Amino acid sequence: MEDYKITIGIECHVQLNTKTKLFSGVDNDAVDKEPNACVSPIDYALPGMLPVLNKAAVEKAIQAGLAMNCKINLVSRFDRKHYYYPDLPKGYQISQMYQPIIGAGVIHLPDGSDVKIEHAHMEEDAGKLTHNGNYSLVDLNRAGTPLIEIVSMPDIHSAAQARCYCEELHRLMIYAGVTNGDLYQGNMRFDVNISISKTDELGTRAEIKNLNSFRSVERAVEYEFKRQKALLEKGERVKQETRGWNDATGKTTPQRSKEEAQDYRYMPEPDVPPIVLEQDYVDQVAAKLPMMPMAYRELFDILNLDESEREAILNHPVLARGLAEACQKNAALSARIAHWFSGVLLAEENLDKDFGLATADELLELSEMVEKKELSSTGAKAVFIEMYDKKNTAKKPQVLAKEMNLLQENDADALNAIIDEVLAMPECAKAAADVRNGELKAIGFLVGQVMKKSQGKANPASLNELIKQKLQ
Amino acid sequence: MRIANQTTKAVDLVREALDKAKKFEDYHCFISMNEARALEKAREIDEKIARGEEVGRLAGVPYALKDNYLSPDGVTTAAAKMLDNFPAPITATAVKRIEAEGAIMIGRSNLDAYAHGSSTENSYFGPTKNAVDPTRVAGGSSGGSAVAVALGIVEFALGSDTGGSIRQPASYNGVYGIKPTYGTVSRYGVVAMASSTDTMGCFAQNADDVNLVMDVMAGKDAKDSTTLEKFWQPNLPETKGKKIGLISDFMGDGVDAEVAQGVKDYAAKLQKAGYEVEEVSIPMLKYGLAIYYIVQPAEVASNLSRYDGVRYGLRSEKAQDLDSLYQETRNEGFMPENKRRILIGNYVLSSGYFDAYYLKAQKARTLLIDAYRKTFEKFDALLCPVAPAPAFKFGEKTEDPLTMYMEDVMSVPQSLAGLPSISVPAGTTKNGLPIGAQLSAWRGNDQMLLSIAKAVEELS
Repeated sequence: MEDYKITIGIECHVQLNTKTKLFSGVDNDAVDKEPNACVSPIDYALPGMLPVLNKAAVEKAIQAGLAMNCKINLVSRFDRKHYYYPDLPKGYQISQMYQPIIGAGVIHLPDGSDVKIEHAHMEEDAGKLTHNGNYSLVDLNRAGTPLIEIVSMPDIHSAAQARCYCEELHRLMIYAGVTNGDLYQGNMRFDVNISISKTDELGTRAEIKNLNSFRSVERAVEYEFKRQKALLEKGERVKQETRGWNDATGKTTPQRSKEEAQDYRYMPEPDVPPIVLEQDYVDQVAAKLPMMPMAYRELFDILNLDESEREAILNHPVLARGLAEACQKNAALSARIAHWFSGVLLAEENLDKDFGLATADELLELSEMVEKKELSSTGAKAVFIEMYDKKNTAKKPQVLAKEMNLLQENDADALNAIIDEVLAMPECAKAAADVRNGELKAIGFLVGQVMKKSQGKANPASLNELIKQKLQ
Repeated sequence: MRIANQTTKAVDLVREALDKAKKFEDYHCFISMNEARALEKAREIDEKIARGEEVGRLAGVPYALKDNYLSPDGVTTAAAKMLDNFPAPITATAVKRIEAEGAIMIGRSNLDAYAHGSSTENSYFGPTKNAVDPTRVAGGSSGGSAVAVALGIVEFALGSDTGGSIRQPASYNGVYGIKPTYGTVSRYGVVAMASSTDTMGCFAQNADDVNLVMDVMAGKDAKDSTTLEKFWQPNLPETKGKKIGLISDFMGDGVDAEVAQGVKDYAAKLQKAGYEVEEVSIPMLKYGLAIYYIVQPAEVASNLSRYDGVRYGLRSEKAQDLDSLYQETRNEGFMPENKRRILIGNYVLSSGYFDAYYLKAQKARTLLIDAYRKTFEKFDALLCPVAPAPAFKFGEKTEDPLTMYMEDVMSVPQSLAGLPSISVPAGTTKNGLPIGAQLSAWRGNDQMLLSIAKAVEELS
């Protein structure tokens, strides 16, 4: 029996990391602040207050739109979306219903698929409620934070692709520099619309609201597919409704049905004049837009990285930028840098390090030292991690390696002297004799002794040859 | 206007105003008085004058402030139970500018709650009486300000005009009132009624005083994105010879014969003063009222959403849960007229009716503006009555909201188009009730209107 095809569209709210809020001059960063510390009379909707549009938020919205290859609408407008809730002080949210700033576009995913963007619009965030038994507390720190809501077309057809889309969207926003991207803080939140059908006609959709991790997006889609499929196979119908996701139970539960849907009574916002942009200005913003993940992927092709390794690095723009710079200067030395990034720096214990401390030039120098056998790969890793210690920022890898006593001895005369000493040691006599008699595996013991005597600085590869020559 | 100086003490001006306010207490011009602060400020100004310091263009001039302007002096009520005890933490830009020039607020004047009304009968604190005939209404919504100026308590008063709220009470009480071009004066710190037509203006006894007060208030304000760059000049322009259209559509059916005659007489004076007057018909104007009573309630309903009992103002004692907090608070805090407009507004914005009402009204509004634009290609200014009849008796129109809305028929088209419009005294009826003539112009020509009014003033 042919299985159901799943169709998914995703709406994503992105909090923009502007200095001040969308319509008031108040600090937009409320992390670690007391409740209601970042609230102005505009934010708590004092009578007579008027919104004043933050130009920086408009610029960030444009950057976000360009990052998604979207058309930027030169004229856009704000509307009021009305509903009553204590986290919404004015009784309406200022949003863009009819003429959004960002038009159609497309996102290319790393899995090779494309997801079209329907539009994206600017709006203000609401506050936060904390329910405590028989009373609730209102915190308006977040009220008025600029958001863009990105609405995808229903182009997504699996849980994995849904996750991939959300992850790539996250990267795009981070690379564009428009959000702090902290999912735990709610910087990006996903609403996922899911329907299933056996025909080309779409089924009835359910919307899963407010998912705040990639994993929950993937799991919610998987659960919904099973739930909707079970309903249809029992001959029942899927209800058009809003559902919530419970991370602990791994299930979605109904919140609001279509019949209960609110009438938002949209109305043009008379207090905020339309945003009118010059194409020149949009072009200037485009010209300043940093390189996007897909361009990095193309650049890193030459390094032959594993997909997982590459994506792990891409999740940290500072590493991707460093690697890209290295790659452009000397691709041959850069694969090793990528391995250090993914294998050493992105290990649990190093995640708190400042990834920006080592420059591309220093990393290339370090890689070259390995290439020239001046450092063992183990030694190089040790130096590498020291480069991410603040106290070492002024030190070149060469200096660090020397300080750490890790420089390899490649000078044949010096090595021969040590080898002679070792061969003269009584405990090595048997091994030396064995090698002379053609038992080459005994050479390992001798190499080990030389390494010990050289305090690890001898290059083991050249040692093998030198010992063999001496004993033949 | 009497300004404080070496010989005229600000304290005397303020005391005189306060005394008159007391004398005319029965008229109920004021919701609250600002006596102590006003005298304190007057003393400060007198001291500055004595020290020879700079004191501003309105030094020591007492004024009445419509009680929908926020200011830390006293409480701002908007004449609504909802804001019965609301100390404002900020100062409206207009108030800031007026007071920076030394003007002194002696009291907060009465209005229809949230400026919804044409008679000041919708005030939670009770109505204001007409300055000429206390058995009649003051007009509204800025009734308190109009009467305070008409009674000579103050020489000027601030008002707000969304669809006629300055012009109509000015005409009912025989004083000057101006609704400037939309965006001339900042709306920041004034309790919003309908944002797309809210304008801040004033009342005074003559064109020069209006001009002075407006010159002080006008200009760009970073806190109100809809404000215009300052176009107001200190002096009125020369306007002799300008062509004025007498709007025939507002001179016939439904207009009181004495009012029509008063406006015709004013037209004759205009000609005498050197202006050309010609009749003009603008058929589109008759749709103004219908458009206005869709657009305005929609914006009103939206702007009143914030009064939910959560953060400030009234919170009903009957609130049990979130729904009843909203319902009971809004039920107790709003007057019937407020509720009527919220209902109409929410209706025209609801998804099933938006296209049929709100959208259509906005399209018609564009046509109305086009009709004005075309008319002003041929005319410099337009003349018509302010309201169809003189001040009516208390209770005469409260039973039928529609007849009350009809009061606005000649004043809302200009509001929808953002045009400047002034109300000037144009004689009285046989019974002595004031008649108001209304002059309007294209956006930005506010001072042309004042100049024309002044020319007529100078005839007598």
